[in-house]
Amino acid sequence: MSAQQEQTLNKATSPAKKVDIGRLLLEGRAFFALIAIIVFFSFMSPNYFTVNNFLIMSSHVAIYGLLAMGMLLVILNGGIDLSVGSTLGLSGVFAGFLMQGVNIQALGITLYPSLWVVVVLTCALGAFVGLVNGVLIARFNVPAFVATLGTLYVARGAALLMTNGLTFNKLEGDPSLGNTGFDWLGFNRIANIPISVIIFIVVTLLCGIMLSRTAFGRWLYASGGNEQAADLSGVPIKRVKITVYVLSGICAAIAGLVLSSQLTSAGPTAGTTYELTAIAAVVIGGAALTGGRGNVQGTLLGALVIGYLSDGLVIIGVSSYWQTVFTGSVIVLAVLLNSLQYGKKGK
Amino acid sequence: MTVSMMQNNSNHRITAETAPNDVVLAARHITKTFGNTQALKAVNFDIYKGQVTTLFGENGAGKSTLMKVLSGVISPTSGDILLDGKAIHFNSAAEARAQGISIIHQELSLAPNLNVRDNIFMGREITNSKGVDYAEEERQAKALMEELQENIDPLTPLEELRLGQQQIIEIARAISQKSRILIMDEPTSALSATEVEVLFKVINDLKKRGVSIVYISHHLEEALQITDHAVVLRDGTMTAYAPRKDIDLEWIVRHMVGENFDLGSPPTGYEMGNTALEVDGLVIHDPKGGAFNVVDHLSLKVREGEIVCIYGLMGAGRSEFMECAAGRLKADSGRILLKDEEISSLSIADRIAAGLALVPEDRQKDGLVQTMSVGQNLSLASIGEFTRRFFTSNKAETHLINQSIKDVTVKTDSGEAPIGSLSGGNQQKVVIGKMLATHPNVLLLDEPSRGIDIGAKAEVFRLLAERAKQGLAVVYSTSEVAECLSIAHRIIVMNKGKIAAEFDANVSKEKIMAASGEAIKD
Repeated sequence: MSAQQEQTLNKATSPAKKVDIGRLLLEGRAFFALIAIIVFFSFMSPNYFTVNNFLIMSSHVAIYGLLAMGMLLVILNGGIDLSVGSTLGLSGVFAGFLMQGVNIQALGITLYPSLWVVVVLTCALGAFVGLVNGVLIARFNVPAFVATLGTLYVARGAALLMTNGLTFNKLEGDPSLGNTGFDWLGFNRIANIPISVIIFIVVTLLCGIMLSRTAFGRWLYASGGNEQAADLSGVPIKRVKITVYVLSGICAAIAGLVLSSQLTSAGPTAGTTYELTAIAAVVIGGAALTGGRGNVQGTLLGALVIGYLSDGLVIIGVSSYWQTVFTGSVIVLAVLLNSLQYGKKGK
Repeated sequence: MTVSMMQNNSNHRITAETAPNDVVLAARHITKTFGNTQALKAVNFDIYKGQVTTLFGENGAGKSTLMKVLSGVISPTSGDILLDGKAIHFNSAAEARAQGISIIHQELSLAPNLNVRDNIFMGREITNSKGVDYAEEERQAKALMEELQENIDPLTPLEELRLGQQQIIEIARAISQKSRILIMDEPTSALSATEVEVLFKVINDLKKRGVSIVYISHHLEEALQITDHAVVLRDGTMTAYAPRKDIDLEWIVRHMVGENFDLGSPPTGYEMGNTALEVDGLVIHDPKGGAFNVVDHLSLKVREGEIVCIYGLMGAGRSEFMECAAGRLKADSGRILLKDEEISSLSIADRIAAGLALVPEDRQKDGLVQTMSVGQNLSLASIGEFTRRFFTSNKAETHLINQSIKDVTVKTDSGEAPIGSLSGGNQQKVVIGKMLATHPNVLLLDEPSRGIDIGAKAEVFRLLAERAKQGLAVVYSTSEVAECLSIAHRIIVMNKGKIAAEFDANVSKEKIMAASGEAIKD
């Protein structure tokens, strides 16, 4: 009897319940991986399984997680946004620049915008970078990979130009100028939960609601799954495409604000290669790079897996070189399982 | 044990252990199960040397599964395959190909970025000491093109060829592999009448050389022209077998469907309303940059409740006209009016809102979102209907989906089933249901019967006739004459972008075909 025949027989005779457990493991893989990571490191180190450690780790996850949520939207659309790491860096520098005071020489005055103005302007900058990406991709048909690779360089270069390669350190503001509070984002807590984590949770919830309960979310899934069919069904595919890049840029700007606030300094090289971590989180979360498949829960788990794994390795004292190897292996494993889940469907 | 399968009006029988001498490949008691479903139930099938055996059956009858078994793509659960009388087992399609069995799939397996020559020799390049011998490949490719009477330069990139020509290239590739048995799955579905004739000539040549052909087609009349033997499958069982001289169209349909059957007649007994769609002097230049118009000063009026059929060959401009009306293609001049309102400047979404919807020709590429469920596909064009302020309402959506499933009679477990789990006919009903859910006044359908079985065709036409009675203006295109003469009140024949003729429902097939510029086949 051939292997194929045997396979068919097994498929036909094995009880349905067994198949379900396999499916459950496959579909919930990010969740089970997270549990395994937490259990493993809790055994390895007494400091790992403490509320405080989880909160600290989560505030690290928040940075990647914010980028990953924006990236999820782009990937659902069938695109990719390589510029988010640079946008994060540029946003941090831009916020730092505003906090130092804007000197308008013609009038001989220096403006010190208040914190809210800084936040809004920085998000607007992120949105602008996203808008450039989106217009290049949707209107001028530049492949997403190339367009966002270009903005990756331009944004990073702009950040270096703004600071001349140096770092803004004076971000606390001055009570006499009324622009204090920047460190609030990175250091304060509400009900003992770091603000950065709360921001991440809010963004995640907003993305989740948008994807599952709004027309835009349905448009996004449809145009990512089959752009032609979506177009003929009346979905404004170009508007959807531009919007996801704008949202991704805004997410990157928020992440930039949070990071520079956590560090109380804004360096032009912040966030280098973060775009890859964000892509990894989305992929580990089960999204398909071809678009149309993926969700917020998965991406959240993916970000937690990456964050809790790398912090766990630090806590038990594994060399940072090994961390890189482990993270890479997890990503490859995740993609392997993705192709198992999606590859066998259909014909 | 001798099992005799078979049919009422012929004495031919296929016995279990033996096969006649001129049978090259024989399948005996082939059974194939997928999970709990039996796709094939003890099917016997013979392929005669140098003859054409046609496999008839509706979608899901098991035709493709049987062909996959014969070509080594899948292994049967039980049963034997006899090649030249000896039992043989294929582990892969490559093993079957080595024995001279080739299959040409419905979906072309060509690389659009490569040229014709490289496609023909893909994976078995002719090499000499210097690497690939392009000159020799080109010479052979040219010879093949001459044999197929196609004036195609072997260095043309495949993507510049029309779909019909690409199909010819696929056939050329199989021929160049010296196949003894050639399985063709719907080879003519994208070919023009002239190209079909070329293909049939090639098939006759191949027969003379002793090549056996297995032919699958939904185009029954066409298949009857070429076949020597007919085998009919229904629900995985072989229901009938007979040589050509003993059968006719009616015989095939009866065994395929199991009951008497027609595609309906134009709905009557109601008054048609005002003009719903008016097209005035529409001109569309060739989108590929040619110096001709794909649609050339086309003018047309369709009334509410009227069903208009547009007949024409491939490239007659039917698809372009419909895509332009729906807003996908830009018109170069002319006006399109929906209930006397000019809609030329509106977006696709606005045209849908105004009451004009298109069911596109290629449902996989343009109609369905494969990553979404049946329900999400059905509701895709009417998201606004179940959106309250910012949020979609699950309850309202489920209601809309269930209503749609009932309206267009989609056979599915539930709205949550993946779209890929449906048969071709049901997938087509989903695309139609999606557009009907937008409450259109005018529904354009580009080849709605393409690649779906005769039962599903009849259901689609019945559905359209019902909607027309409620006042919907229906325009559908087809390349099968039999379908013109079903539910249409009026038949418009297009040729080279122009309206060549207009007929009422009582016209003869011959007149329609003559007007389309198609040679009348006997």
